[in-house]
Amino acid sequence: MKIALCVKQVPDTTDIRWTENNTIQREGVESVINPYDVYACEFALKLKEKLSNNAEITVFTMAPPQGEDMLRKVMALGCDNAVLISDRKFSGADTYATGLTISTAIKKMLPDFDLIVCGQFAVDGDTAQTGPSIANFLDIPQVTYVTDFTDFGEKTLTLNRVMEDGIETVETELPALVCVMTQSFEPKRPLIGGIIEASKKDVKICTLADLGLEPEKVGLRGSPTYVSRAFRNISTHNAEKFKLGVRESVDLLKERLNL
Amino acid sequence: MPNENNSGILIYAQLTRECYVHTVFFELLNKAKELAQKLGGVDVNAVVFTVPGQIECFKEAFRNMGVNKVYYYENEIFKDYSTEYYSKLIVELVKNTKPEIMLIGATNQGRDLAPRVSGALHTGLTADCTGLDINEKGLLAATRPTFGGQLMATILCKNYPQMATIRPNVFKVNPENNYAETEFISCSANLAEIKNRVKLKEFKKIIENEINELDSAEIIVAGGKGLKNEKGFELLKRFADKIGGVIGATRVAVEMGLAPVSAQIGQTGKTVHPKIYIACGISGAVQHTIGMEGSEHIIAINNDENAPIFDIADTGIVGDFFEIAEEFLKG
Repeated sequence: MKIALCVKQVPDTTDIRWTENNTIQREGVESVINPYDVYACEFALKLKEKLSNNAEITVFTMAPPQGEDMLRKVMALGCDNAVLISDRKFSGADTYATGLTISTAIKKMLPDFDLIVCGQFAVDGDTAQTGPSIANFLDIPQVTYVTDFTDFGEKTLTLNRVMEDGIETVETELPALVCVMTQSFEPKRPLIGGIIEASKKDVKICTLADLGLEPEKVGLRGSPTYVSRAFRNISTHNAEKFKLGVRESVDLLKERLNL
Repeated sequence: MPNENNSGILIYAQLTRECYVHTVFFELLNKAKELAQKLGGVDVNAVVFTVPGQIECFKEAFRNMGVNKVYYYENEIFKDYSTEYYSKLIVELVKNTKPEIMLIGATNQGRDLAPRVSGALHTGLTADCTGLDINEKGLLAATRPTFGGQLMATILCKNYPQMATIRPNVFKVNPENNYAETEFISCSANLAEIKNRVKLKEFKKIIENEINELDSAEIIVAGGKGLKNEKGFELLKRFADKIGGVIGATRVAVEMGLAPVSAQIGQTGKTVHPKIYIACGISGAVQHTIGMEGSEHIIAINNDENAPIFDIADTGIVGDFFEIAEEFLKG
């Protein structure tokens, strides 16, 4: 089975700093692999294990050149190949343009894929749209909010997914795309051997020219949406702070609760 | 692109398995009516997938809420949601009827469906909006939190329809919508032309009373990792019972096994806006506050006086939750 695993590098959202103009300071902010993509990776590795290693996992990311470090880290967990989709012209892409770019890269680099595995969403943008957008451009079925797989056949995969009112067990034809929501597998730790092996492997680079897309189809120009205004979310709450004794705190609490 | 899309606003009406129209539809409808006024009184229409005969059950609701047109598809197969059937049929409907705006509730189903529809229509989709408006050029200005809620972005769309998803509980239902003589339009679906490659094998319902409790709660008492263990949550429960509150929790508390997933509030949980929200032992990570900042009055109890929760609380009490709650329960 040929598996494409899509991952994204995100700024650590718990560590956001602001400039004087209330814009996000991007320099010096720690980058981490999107946590849901870690779940996606575990899902792919578990599937590979169940297939008695008769599977090959290729990791894809669309990122600036430093995305290569993350790809090597993911390879060290047991993935086989990596593709860095990178070009200045890709920047500013929304989920539509990102879906087109990544789907084109998968078609080019892994045309005979059976399965694409993504995280359910990325913690920076939190749109949950890029996975379905990739599936749309490849005209393949998608299963989102996946918690685990329960069975697989020659050309099928059976999955559990969480919907708002319950848990569905679905069987999808392959090729398909799945978006993984939770961690239902033991997390993998990179082995020293894995790290050494990963450092020796090639990370293939895919530029705009490699993809053969027109420049107006990618990045900000290829995006049907654009940000017209960004502003800091400043609380409208009072932020009154009291440091009192226990009894006084209780009295204040009662007063505010109208008791 | 010149705007040929002028048939008003189309909303996806999701049905629950118990055959109700999901409340998020009515929330969106109320907002859409407001937008329609700003656009000079355009129609607000709905699309719904039903099993044969079922539409009769919903007609009254659609009329009472003042929907102008309801496009409905009937087939036994629509008792279960299917990404491929639903998205392909909506794409066809949008191409035929040309709405200028399409709104979809950001339920799991809506978030699965919406990007397939927008992608196939080569148009833009803004996810999880918390504000919708019409700008001076008559375009949909969709505002959403990003970077874990710390940055708000107002997003415009170059193509039509301009699409957005909105989480349940963000907009309010207006029970006083004007009655309309809704036009019900039966749409024919040529399902043979659509590949449906995902088959539902089994469905297990989750019974979660807490979900509804949180939605309608006037007081929510939420705990975070500062409550440390089961004992902390037991105390939280006694405190909540005493004041008639419903229990909520942060993601960390849920992951520590202190509260059920259904109690989770925040980015990956529920969005709530009770009259009073009491955050106990919650530091105030944006992933949590994004789900509760809309509360009318926020009270925070935390022994770390530098906890970010105090920046968004109306009343911040620096102190030990265990001591304060025990004292409170004494009367």
